[in-house]
Amino acid sequence: MASILLDTISVHFSVYDASARSLKKTLIASTTGGRLTTDVKEHVRIQALTEFSLQINHGERVALIGHNGAGKSTLLRVLNGIYEPNAGRVVIEGRTVPLFDMALGMDPESTGYENIVLRGMYLGFSHADIRKRVNEIAEFAELGSFLDIPVKTYSTGMAARLAFAISTAIEPDILLIDEGVGAGDAAFMAKAHRRLEELIARTGILILSSHNETLVRQWCSKAVLLEKGRRVNMGPIDQILAQYHSGLVVQ
Amino acid sequence: MIGPFWITITMGVTIGSIGLIFGTIFGQDLHAFLPFVAAGTIVWTMLATMITEGCTVFVNAESIIRQIKLPYSMHVFRMVWRTLIVFAHNIWVFVAVVVLFAAWPNSTMWLAIPGFFLIVINGIWMALTLAIFCARFRDIPLIVTSALQLLYLTTPIIWLPDSLRGRHAFIYEYNPLYHLLELVRAPLLGQSPTLVNWEVGIILALFGWAFGFVVFARYRWRIPYWI
Repeated sequence: MASILLDTISVHFSVYDASARSLKKTLIASTTGGRLTTDVKEHVRIQALTEFSLQINHGERVALIGHNGAGKSTLLRVLNGIYEPNAGRVVIEGRTVPLFDMALGMDPESTGYENIVLRGMYLGFSHADIRKRVNEIAEFAELGSFLDIPVKTYSTGMAARLAFAISTAIEPDILLIDEGVGAGDAAFMAKAHRRLEELIARTGILILSSHNETLVRQWCSKAVLLEKGRRVNMGPIDQILAQYHSGLVVQ
Repeated sequence: MIGPFWITITMGVTIGSIGLIFGTIFGQDLHAFLPFVAAGTIVWTMLATMITEGCTVFVNAESIIRQIKLPYSMHVFRMVWRTLIVFAHNIWVFVAVVVLFAAWPNSTMWLAIPGFFLIVINGIWMALTLAIFCARFRDIPLIVTSALQLLYLTTPIIWLPDSLRGRHAFIYEYNPLYHLLELVRAPLLGQSPTLVNWEVGIILALFGWAFGFVVFARYRWRIPYWI
């Protein structure tokens, strides 16, 4: 059973080796972004998540809603175990798999088949496991004999197809998706969409960060509203989206 | 056809030219000098590569570190493995020199194997520690590169230690990398490494790993924030 528990966690980044002043200017000038403070050593500090608590149980499909810089991506990275928070407690049960950057770990000099193995191993498959799945992945990507030549010769769409096919061949307990997940032409998109839905159906917990409200409503039942690194509200998707929009109007 | 053996050829050309030019300048007997330069350069290249590439391990793996949770040491081991593969190509230059000059090593050459492991063990903690520091301070790689350049010239690799006898010998005797180098080079040339070589190598490994462990335990969680 997959489960997620975040107990009053805080995440902040110190921005080093840039002239603090100019960066401060840049960040304050934009209305988006987290709260800014300056730490003792005069580094600009970005408070990405503040005293954030969250509990998600098996079977829940949760959307993260908020402006750019509200902390959605940071939250996904905490859930993925990449950022250990500065304060607070994280308890995650189950295998977490991220679908952030599809092209991750692709080596342009290697062939399509080699990349399937390489990326599969990055995603946690053993060498033997991924070898067993190579055919299924190759079939889904529909790239035929192109899989025998280096990925650098592929068009952008072809590379995206391959990356998508590998990334979705996983069996996660907790699936984390950031922003648009798309691949290739219209025909392939429809196929990709179906595959993603199947993947989500198999998954214990889905966390989706997206500005595409149609997609969010379609895949998620609950939502968390984030603002400047804080949790504003959590509840049924329609309620949260309504609150998000009312916030937009006020601003 | 040649493929990965371009590595071997490049190393062969380097060793050949250094050996011939410096051997002539210093008036050395090439039968002894070329095997010395070959063994020294190949082993030094391996050690220096682990150190310099160690600096960029985490910075270069940024996109992976920020997306997939993997043990950070994996990125270091990946680099070390690559360095060992390159070494396995380069060592053939030494073999060729040995055959060419009939400079057959004796049974002490087997001592090169424990020495080799000691170099790799030391190389790993150096790479791991530097990888962490360099993730935080981006000017360290430049300092390390300059320092290694200096050490390359002050370590007896392209000149014989005998030429700095007496009161100038401290220049290399206080250089731990020289002792590491000797652990492999001396046996390959048919000599036994000195006790001091072994002591420096082992003590460096023990203290280095203790230091590396503390640094890693303390700063590991900061790595994704820094890169």
